[in-house]
Amino acid sequence: MIYASQSLGDLWNWLLQQFAELCGSLGIPEVIRYMVEKGAYAVGLLVFISLTALVMIYMERKVSAHMQLRYGPMWTGGWHGWSQTIADMIKLLLKEDIIPDKADRWVHRIAPIVIFVPSLIGFLVIPFDKYLIGADLNVGILLVFGFSSIAVLSIFMGGWASNNKYTLLGGLRSAAQMISYELPLVLSVLGVIMTVGSLKMSDIVMAQKDVWFLFTPNLLGFIIYIIAGTAEVNRTPFDLPEAESELVSGYNTEYSGLKYGFFMLSEFTNTFIISAIAATFFMGGWNGPSWLPGIVSFLAKTYLIVFLLMWFRWTFPRLRVDRLMDFGWKFLLPLSFFNILMIAVWVLVKK
Amino acid sequence: MIEQLKNSGFEEMTLNMGPQHPSTHGVLHLLLKMDGEVITEARPDIGYLHRGMEKIAEKRTWGANIALSDRWDYIASMSNNFAAVLGPEKLMSITVPKRAEYIRVIMAELNRIASHLIFFGTYGIDIGAFTPFFYAFREREKILDLYESVCGARLTYNYFRIGGVSADLPEEFIPGVKAFINYFRPKLKEYDTLLSTNPIFMDRTVGVGAITKEEAIDWALSGPNIRASGVNFDLRKDDPYSVYSEFDFNIPTGKNGDCWDRYMVRMNEMKESARIVEQALEKLEPGDIMAKVAKVIRPPAGEIYTHVEAPKGELGVYCISDGSTMPYRYKVRGPSFVNLAILQKMLKGLRIADVVAVLGSIDIVLGEVDR
Repeated sequence: MIYASQSLGDLWNWLLQQFAELCGSLGIPEVIRYMVEKGAYAVGLLVFISLTALVMIYMERKVSAHMQLRYGPMWTGGWHGWSQTIADMIKLLLKEDIIPDKADRWVHRIAPIVIFVPSLIGFLVIPFDKYLIGADLNVGILLVFGFSSIAVLSIFMGGWASNNKYTLLGGLRSAAQMISYELPLVLSVLGVIMTVGSLKMSDIVMAQKDVWFLFTPNLLGFIIYIIAGTAEVNRTPFDLPEAESELVSGYNTEYSGLKYGFFMLSEFTNTFIISAIAATFFMGGWNGPSWLPGIVSFLAKTYLIVFLLMWFRWTFPRLRVDRLMDFGWKFLLPLSFFNILMIAVWVLVKK
Repeated sequence: MIEQLKNSGFEEMTLNMGPQHPSTHGVLHLLLKMDGEVITEARPDIGYLHRGMEKIAEKRTWGANIALSDRWDYIASMSNNFAAVLGPEKLMSITVPKRAEYIRVIMAELNRIASHLIFFGTYGIDIGAFTPFFYAFREREKILDLYESVCGARLTYNYFRIGGVSADLPEEFIPGVKAFINYFRPKLKEYDTLLSTNPIFMDRTVGVGAITKEEAIDWALSGPNIRASGVNFDLRKDDPYSVYSEFDFNIPTGKNGDCWDRYMVRMNEMKESARIVEQALEKLEPGDIMAKVAKVIRPPAGEIYTHVEAPKGELGVYCISDGSTMPYRYKVRGPSFVNLAILQKMLKGLRIADVVAVLGSIDIVLGEVDR
């Protein structure tokens, strides 16, 4: 039976069991049962992603507004302009889709898809709660980083295909930046993986049942992860690919309508993924007080990191491109190597 | 290096920055030749906001030209008014009443604060920090409210008159200014924590676009730009006009002449301006605000050059009078225009991100560049 105190993950697990029993009694093949299960999860995930994007865009506007002595949206929909994002989305849908005359049409068209799909796939392996994970792969974290590194390709495609000098510069910048910061990003997570001894997301969460990795020597890894993660999703102080005051809008200058919307959406979904992984790897994932459903404590941690990234964005100036490279290669990368060394010693001593 | 690349089929990229660009502060057009992100040649192309002000001035009366002067550097109109009235006053040997002089100084210095606040806000945006802009505008708004209470306008004041000022201060003005000064001082510290000493901000500005002392003098820079290079040149001290010789204030100077020095000079100037305003408020006594001036202004034939220390630098007006109601020639030396010239020298070898940092630190207003 289901009780109110139990979390969404338990509910999902219970539903799956009921469904399996039903299928067993009706004699439905295993393959079809599996597909229906995963399909249902995928649909739920899509709904969740859309809602997340809406919430995050609204949150960004409100957070930035209150940091800047403004109110942000206040009218649309009544209560504190809650439906402003929905209205914006509708506006984007209705906008004319402009492709520059001399653009590489095909590449220009698929670039927003290439950035959006990988960021969706990343959601599959994020453990929202016990049992509530799309695919608990034994290479979970590798999948996320593997797919998120495709984003650079899309930004480069968009920048190149638009046939505009500003977008080209933005695309080139992002190629250099994202590849450089991928290394410290992955290496910073390596410390946690060494501590746990598994790449599997659920194992990593379970290992933090007693103490979050944030409060162990992995703290350094967390700091490196946040810095590199900010650079990975192109947010200030690392928003050079779209540096407004220099490159107008960077790689997405020539995009309009829904295609621009995809770029914008993927910026927020990527931010969410980066934050969710930070919550999973360093802040105990869905572990939390027993009276709190797992998904609530997971989302609370994730949105804490999201807020942190927004805080960065609205207080820091932007780095210059060569200093960014210096910082990544000459400081962050050695530091993450040192972090690995430190964690290795720590793991040995603990044994 | 570039030669080799050219031979192997690579070419320089020409980037048109502006006239529609978020951070060229108006309609400045920069022609940049670039090798990747590094600039090999930069050429500012001006004139998109040219309104023929100097020619218009020849067909308008001396008094009407004050209204025209509002439109030169439209974020520091009080200083422009100041420059516009000094010439005819000297030609006609008018003695401006003391009260009017102090009011003029208060207005000009408040305007300096307002202008530097805009610099602070927009420079933050140039560097990539959006939030300081709103903080700067919060304070500027209070100055504009004060101006509105005096002359009814918030941007183009047209407040100075030949021989005085157009209206006396309303009752609430003096307590308002005092309250503003008290409110403003702590805010400057807030700016320092928010932007001035931010490591990323310093990384972007320290050592970028440095101008040496000699270069600054050679290129005839003025205002905060030359002071940042270590030249102690300020018309309020060096050629005191109005009643500036009565006040006790310092001239902040920089050492290296880089973007950060230019920024810090302006931040410190705001403190000094606040001091001047305070002193002027103390000296303010009841009295006339207008000298006895004929209704129709006909300065005697002759020529004169008068200059004031505007927020952007030396704002000079050279006017020739033929004894009629309209000037024969009305030449304006806009500090933004002169300061802009050094840009092509500074930009060479810098990166595209530095273009906005350098351009922002020179603090130009296109209305004054083109006129």
